[in-house]
Amino acid sequence: MIIYILRRLGATLIVMGLVGLMVFVLLHLAPGDPAAVIAGDNATPEQIAQLRQMLGLDDPLPVQFLRWMGDVVQGDLGVSIYSNEPVAQLIMQRMEATVSLAIATLAFAVPIAIAFGVIAAHRAGTTVDRILMLFSVMGFSLPAFVLGYMLSWLFAIEWKLLPVQGFTPISEGIWPWARNLILPSVTLGMTYTALIARITRTSMLEVLSEDFIRTARAKGVAVPRILVKHALRNAGVPIATVIGIGIALLIGGVVVTETVFNIPGVGRLVVDAIARRDYPVIQGVILVFSGIYVFVNLATDLSYTLIDPRIRY
Amino acid sequence: MTKPVLSVRDLTTSFRPDIYSPWTPVVRNIGFDVAAGETLAIVGESGSGKSVTSLSVMRLLPPRGSRIEGEIRLAGRDLLALPEQEMRKVRGGDIAMIFQEPMTSLNPMMTVGEQIAEAIRGHLSIGSAEARQETIRLFEKVRLPNAKERYDVYPHKLSGGQRQRVMIAMALATRPKLLIADEPTTALDVTIQGQILDLVKELQEETGMAVLFITHDMGVVAEVADRTLVMLRGDVVEDGPTAEIFGNGRHPYTRALLAAVPRLGSMAGRALPSTFGLIDTATGSRGAEREAAPPVADKPAVLEVKNLTTRFAVRSGLFSKVTGAVHAVENVSFSLQPGETLSLVGESGCGKSTTGRTILRLTKPFSGTVLVNGQEVGATDREALKSARRAVQMVFQDPFASLNPRIPIGASIAEPFLEQKLGGKAEARDKTAALMHRVGLLPTMMSRLPHEFSGGQRQRICIARALMLDPKVIIADEAVSALDVSIKAQVCNLLMELQESLGLAYLFISHDMAVVERVSHRVAVMYLGEIVEIGPRSAVFEAPQHSYTKKLMAAVPVPDPSRRRMRRNTEVEEIKSPFRIPGFVPPKSVYKEVSKDHFVQVRC
Repeated sequence: MIIYILRRLGATLIVMGLVGLMVFVLLHLAPGDPAAVIAGDNATPEQIAQLRQMLGLDDPLPVQFLRWMGDVVQGDLGVSIYSNEPVAQLIMQRMEATVSLAIATLAFAVPIAIAFGVIAAHRAGTTVDRILMLFSVMGFSLPAFVLGYMLSWLFAIEWKLLPVQGFTPISEGIWPWARNLILPSVTLGMTYTALIARITRTSMLEVLSEDFIRTARAKGVAVPRILVKHALRNAGVPIATVIGIGIALLIGGVVVTETVFNIPGVGRLVVDAIARRDYPVIQGVILVFSGIYVFVNLATDLSYTLIDPRIRY
Repeated sequence: MTKPVLSVRDLTTSFRPDIYSPWTPVVRNIGFDVAAGETLAIVGESGSGKSVTSLSVMRLLPPRGSRIEGEIRLAGRDLLALPEQEMRKVRGGDIAMIFQEPMTSLNPMMTVGEQIAEAIRGHLSIGSAEARQETIRLFEKVRLPNAKERYDVYPHKLSGGQRQRVMIAMALATRPKLLIADEPTTALDVTIQGQILDLVKELQEETGMAVLFITHDMGVVAEVADRTLVMLRGDVVEDGPTAEIFGNGRHPYTRALLAAVPRLGSMAGRALPSTFGLIDTATGSRGAEREAAPPVADKPAVLEVKNLTTRFAVRSGLFSKVTGAVHAVENVSFSLQPGETLSLVGESGCGKSTTGRTILRLTKPFSGTVLVNGQEVGATDREALKSARRAVQMVFQDPFASLNPRIPIGASIAEPFLEQKLGGKAEARDKTAALMHRVGLLPTMMSRLPHEFSGGQRQRICIARALMLDPKVIIADEAVSALDVSIKAQVCNLLMELQESLGLAYLFISHDMAVVERVSHRVAVMYLGEIVEIGPRSAVFEAPQHSYTKKLMAAVPVPDPSRRRMRRNTEVEEIKSPFRIPGFVPPKSVYKEVSKDHFVQVRC
């Protein structure tokens, strides 16, 4: 098991190296001379040439790449062209909001989705099942910006229960932090609730037709216990997979939600960076996010061994 | 007479696929009693309604798609009138059940101990430590080896026989008044089946519970049942004391069912295989048997296997180091003449199926040679492999799983022909039609899908598909094992007819000794990957030499009710594992010829 984790971490390094290479190449394929951009509009060709030499842009590409990777490994993601601040610092500042939103979204979506899925599978074919699944289709089809503004209007403007937008760091108290997160996480979580509920239902239906469920019924186990203890764990592997994919997708989803609710997160950072052609920031965000993807993937694979005793690495 | 534990009157169970369809009864107006300490067997073939009856008693059928009418009384209490909450206490409390498939009937995500403790705590108010003690006590009672350590083991670590012991322990957990055993030994090997039957008998004597035993196997019925109920398509055709049913069945179907059971020893004194005399279910009388032809001796062998060895490496650790190997097939040699049937017999894990698969290189051999028509089938020559696969075809155990459910059967049969580019579409079609006719199917059924056929018909389809390439050898891997007795006889007869008219050689892989006795010219007994005894069928069956062959024969249930009180007294013994550490050198052995062509393995 530990050996497996070490091996997977080794593979992760290779993946990250490849991602780094792609990001680096992409950046160098992009039009425009970074030195010219940094030097500004009024720079003379001599100044630009000097800057090029200073930045090492005249060196062969492989040398530049290795130098850049060396910096990345040490946590130096470069400096933002726009604000002149270190990229790593920029991302860290924005991370709290994004991670808070992601966690709140999962905390909202996963339990509700699993409960819906289990109930729908247990009552498959009945009205309850149909209503739950209709709900999940709606969850799929409502875009975040529509649902976000609807919720915001209803709960914040009409009923004045929750703040309209913004973000409060957790250091200023749990409740102020949570208050700001409720509407965005419901908005963002709707799609995941629908997705996870559907997979849970399908997976549960399959498990509920297995022989050992009949055995459990034949020994007089009560229905809720059959559903949770006997069926849900057996249905767990596909559910864990979808939750894992969901976390990865979530990161794309935060961009819209952060914009709607004006949350200063990484999603907003990257949108702004693209608008300003701030390549070092884009590069840094891509690297950090691919690191998170790879880590979530590993965690998902490891969760299988917790769910299913037959899976051993 | 004492009051029966279970009393069923006018039980009718109906199904409907949806609420718009009418109810279709699958069990009609049946009634029976089971008294304490008594065993009632319900026998019948697939579709007779025997399992539906047991599930009706437990009320385990899906509530919306099924309807149960009549009266089911457990110790006087009307079970059909109980609310679901009360019924739940009856299940696992007063009535316990064991099922056919020990492999799938246990929850793979819970330790076996937890699953039994759950059954105990669901019905008795005791603490978890006590439940654990009780579980270990039950494990000892069902003679599960190392009972204490077994508590925390997951089901996939146990063998089929051990899992069935766990199921029985679970059923006994609350000392039920009635035990329903639904084909509890069908999926088990014969030697393990004998142990499980003995265990059920013993526990019944100890606890005095009533047993309702559902089975299709007349041999098992004879051994366990005091009284027997014969079902045919949802109706009870006959019931009475087992001895009477067996000795002097009144209903023709009862006699037909009994007569259809292949009996070990029925071929004594005969040298050649013989077709089954088919039973007329309307009259119960037996048709004529016909002796099969001897194999062609003056031609070269169609299949020769020399020193075939197949091992599966077992890897673990950081660099996937080989930590051992499963010696599935070890130094196996035999040859097959045209028109000959050689049976490979043995229990699960003995390597008989792997031998069949290795011949076609569906599994890579470790060493040894395979000659088809005198030509070696090797790894390098793709053409030789292709032509070998044309000459040797396979028929598998589960005909439904071996047919693609979304492809019409005509296309399935024609596929190998088209794949090997032996001719055009029109030719394939004509040949498919001719073969379907040959195996007893109407060529007009060509465009139907597999689910529209019965089990026996599906196996005929698979046989037609195997014949499509005009093979010389057919490897029949448990080809008739999953079929009902009467269908089994028909398919065996078909195979024997085809053998004679087409000069086919069969490698007949089976665990069913009675069928093997019928169809084989020669028999090879496999144990832990090796052939321990090989020779003419009459010699092996009538004068078995190796201790394992003898044990295998003794374990076969015989449809003779005088064996009701019999005990085998075999010790609890699992089939040994063929796993070996690296560098293991199999002990040398030689084959001693005990009579003409009859060889027995002797360790040096």
